[in-house]
Amino acid sequence: MFRFILRRLLQMVLAFFGTTLIVYALMFAGQGDPIQALAGERPVTAAQRAYLTEKFHLDQTGVGGFFYRYFDYVKNLLQGDLGQSLTGRSISDILAAAWPVTIKLALIAMAVTIVFGVTAGVLAGIRRAGIFDNSTLLLTLLVLGIPTIVLAPLAQYFLGVRWQLFPPTAGADPDLYALLLPGIVLGSLSLATALRLTRTSVAENLRADYVRTARSKGLVKRRIVSVHVLRNSLIPVVTFLGVELGNLMSGAIITEGVFNIPGVGFNLFRGIRTEDGPLVVGIVSVLVVVYLVSNLVVDVLYAVLDPRIRYE
Amino acid sequence: MSQSAVRPTPASPTPEGGHLLDVRDLYVEFRTGEGVARVINGVSYHLDPGETLAVLGESGSGKSVTAQAIMGILDTPPAVIRSGQIRYQGRDLLALSEEQRRQVRGKEIAMIFQDALSALNPVFPVGWQIGETLRHRAGMSRADARRRVIELMDLVKIPAAAKRLGDYPHQFSGGMRQRVMIAMALAMEPKVLIADEPTTALDVTVQAQIMDLLADLRRDLNMAMILITHDLGVVAGVADRIAVMYAGRIVEHADVRALYRAPAHPYTKGLLESIPRMDVRGQELATIKGLPPNLMRIPSGCPFHPRCPYVQQVCVDVVPHDLVLGDGRTSACHFAQEVRDDSAH
Repeated sequence: MFRFILRRLLQMVLAFFGTTLIVYALMFAGQGDPIQALAGERPVTAAQRAYLTEKFHLDQTGVGGFFYRYFDYVKNLLQGDLGQSLTGRSISDILAAAWPVTIKLALIAMAVTIVFGVTAGVLAGIRRAGIFDNSTLLLTLLVLGIPTIVLAPLAQYFLGVRWQLFPPTAGADPDLYALLLPGIVLGSLSLATALRLTRTSVAENLRADYVRTARSKGLVKRRIVSVHVLRNSLIPVVTFLGVELGNLMSGAIITEGVFNIPGVGFNLFRGIRTEDGPLVVGIVSVLVVVYLVSNLVVDVLYAVLDPRIRYE
Repeated sequence: MSQSAVRPTPASPTPEGGHLLDVRDLYVEFRTGEGVARVINGVSYHLDPGETLAVLGESGSGKSVTAQAIMGILDTPPAVIRSGQIRYQGRDLLALSEEQRRQVRGKEIAMIFQDALSALNPVFPVGWQIGETLRHRAGMSRADARRRVIELMDLVKIPAAAKRLGDYPHQFSGGMRQRVMIAMALAMEPKVLIADEPTTALDVTVQAQIMDLLADLRRDLNMAMILITHDLGVVAGVADRIAVMYAGRIVEHADVRALYRAPAHPYTKGLLESIPRMDVRGQELATIKGLPPNLMRIPSGCPFHPRCPYVQQVCVDVVPHDLVLGDGRTSACHFAQEVRDDSAH
C-alpha cells in the first residue's frame, strides 16, 4: 500500500507538470493581445503597454518566449506564488476568497447526494420494481436529462423569484442559506447518478450467494440488509462519491454563474472570458492538484472498503 | 474441543413415532414470465437422528430446491410451495411464521453450500462471519465468541486458527474456505446439517478430505445429515440411505448397499453404469442418452420414459407409483422388479 501511494504521488508530479504545461500553452497560444483584452474597449497608452509587456515578459516571442514564461511561472508556483492576475490582484488572494465558498457549495451538494440519493437508492434496491423504485427511476431520468444550464435558471426562477423560498442569488460572501438552492441544483445530478448506482448495487447484492448464506444462518432481515448487503453495495457508491467530491470541489461554472456565487468556477469563467491567462492557469493548476489528490484518496478508500483489493 | 460442542445424544422428541425431519409430498413450482416450471413434484423423504441421507440427482432435478424449501430460504417469488409438509420434530415448518422459521434456521437445521467463495461475504473476516450467530443469536460476548470461533475452526481442522480469524475468505484455499463454511454452520450446534454439493467446487483430493471431515463431524456431534450431490462416488462411504431424484421426484429410495448392489430404477442403473471402472477397460463409457426434461414441459407418464431403455407404452401413459420393494426400499418404475433382477446378476 505504501509503495502504491508513493508511486501514485510520483505519477501525480508528472501529471501536474503535464497538465499545467498544456493549459499554459492553450491559454497563451490562442491569445491575441492580452494587454488590449485587459483594457477592454479603452485605449492603452504606450507607457502602459511598455510597463505591462515588461511585467509579464511579453517581449520574448516565439517558442523560446513561451517556455521562458512557463518556467518562470512554474518557478514561482513551486515557491507557492501563483502570481497576479492581469488585473493586478494576487491569485492566491482570489482563490483564498473563492475556495471556501466553493467548498461550502460542494459540501451542501454532497450532503444532498448522500442523504437523498444513497438512501433512496437503498430503498429502491430493496423494493425493486415497486412504486417507489419506478417513481425514482422516472425522476432521476428526468433530472439526468435536463442540463444544469436549464435546471439552474428554472430553479432560480420558480423557487427563488416566483415563490421566494430561497434567495435567488448569493452575491459576495454568501451564507449557508443562500447557498442551499444552488447546492441542491448542483447536487441533483450527482444525486440522480448516486441513486441509480446504489439501487443497482443493492439489488445485485441482494441476489448474491452470501445473502442466502446469511439467511440460512437465521439472521434477522434487517441485519442482513443493513450489514451484509449494505457494506458490499456501498463499495462502488463510495468510489463514485469520492470522484464526485473532487469534481464538485473544482467549482461549478454554470451553477456559480447562474446564482452569482463568487466561487472557484465563477472566477475561472471570468478569467476565461477576459483572457486573463495567469488567473486561468493559476486556478487550473490548483484544480489539477485537488483532482489528483481526491482521486488518490478514492483509490486508497477503495482498498480499505474492499479487502480483495490490494495495491502493490 | 470443548465439552459444549459435544451434545449428548439428542433425545429428539418424535411424536407420532415420526422422524426427526419428514418431508411429505412436497410440491414446488417456479412462476416466471416464460411459464410455470414444476420443480418439485411430490417429494417425500425423512431423516432420523444421527443418520446420513444422500440426495442424488442431476442439475435441475430439484435436490437443492427441496433443501432450500426445508431451510425456508427459497426466493418467493418466483418459487411457490404449492402443497406438502415439512415436519421437523413433529412441527410442520411450512405452517410456522417467518419469525418462527428464522429461529429454526441455523440453530436446528443448518446448511452449507457448494461454492464457499461466493457463499461467504467477501468483505468481512472469516472469524467475524463464523462468530456472527454466536454474538447476535446466542448473545455471547465478543471475547466468548472469539474463543468459541477458534474452537470451531480447530474442530474443522483449520491450521493456526487463532491467527487466521482476521483473514478474509479470498485469502483461503478452496478446501479451507469450505471448512470455514462448515465451522459457520456448526456454530449454533444444529441437529440437522444440509450439505448442498459441499465438494463440487473442490479438487478431488480435497473432496475426500472434506467428505471425511463431514462424516467425522456428523458422528462426533451426533447430527443428522442430508448430503446433496450428483456424484455417486462421494456418496458410497458416507451415506446410510440414498434418495435418487429425477425431474422433481424421488425415483428410487434405498439403503446404500442395496442400491449399489442392484439399482431398481433404470435411471439409477444408468448413473451407476456411467461411472468409469478400473476393471472394465477399452470400452466406451456407458451414458444415459438424451437430456434432462424441460421442467416447463415434463413428459407424460414416467418423466424418464424418453431416455429409458426399458420404455413400454404404459410408461408413456401412466405415472408410476412408488413401488415398495421391501426394507423401506421404493422405486418409481413400472418395471422396478425387472430392473432390479437385471442389475443383480
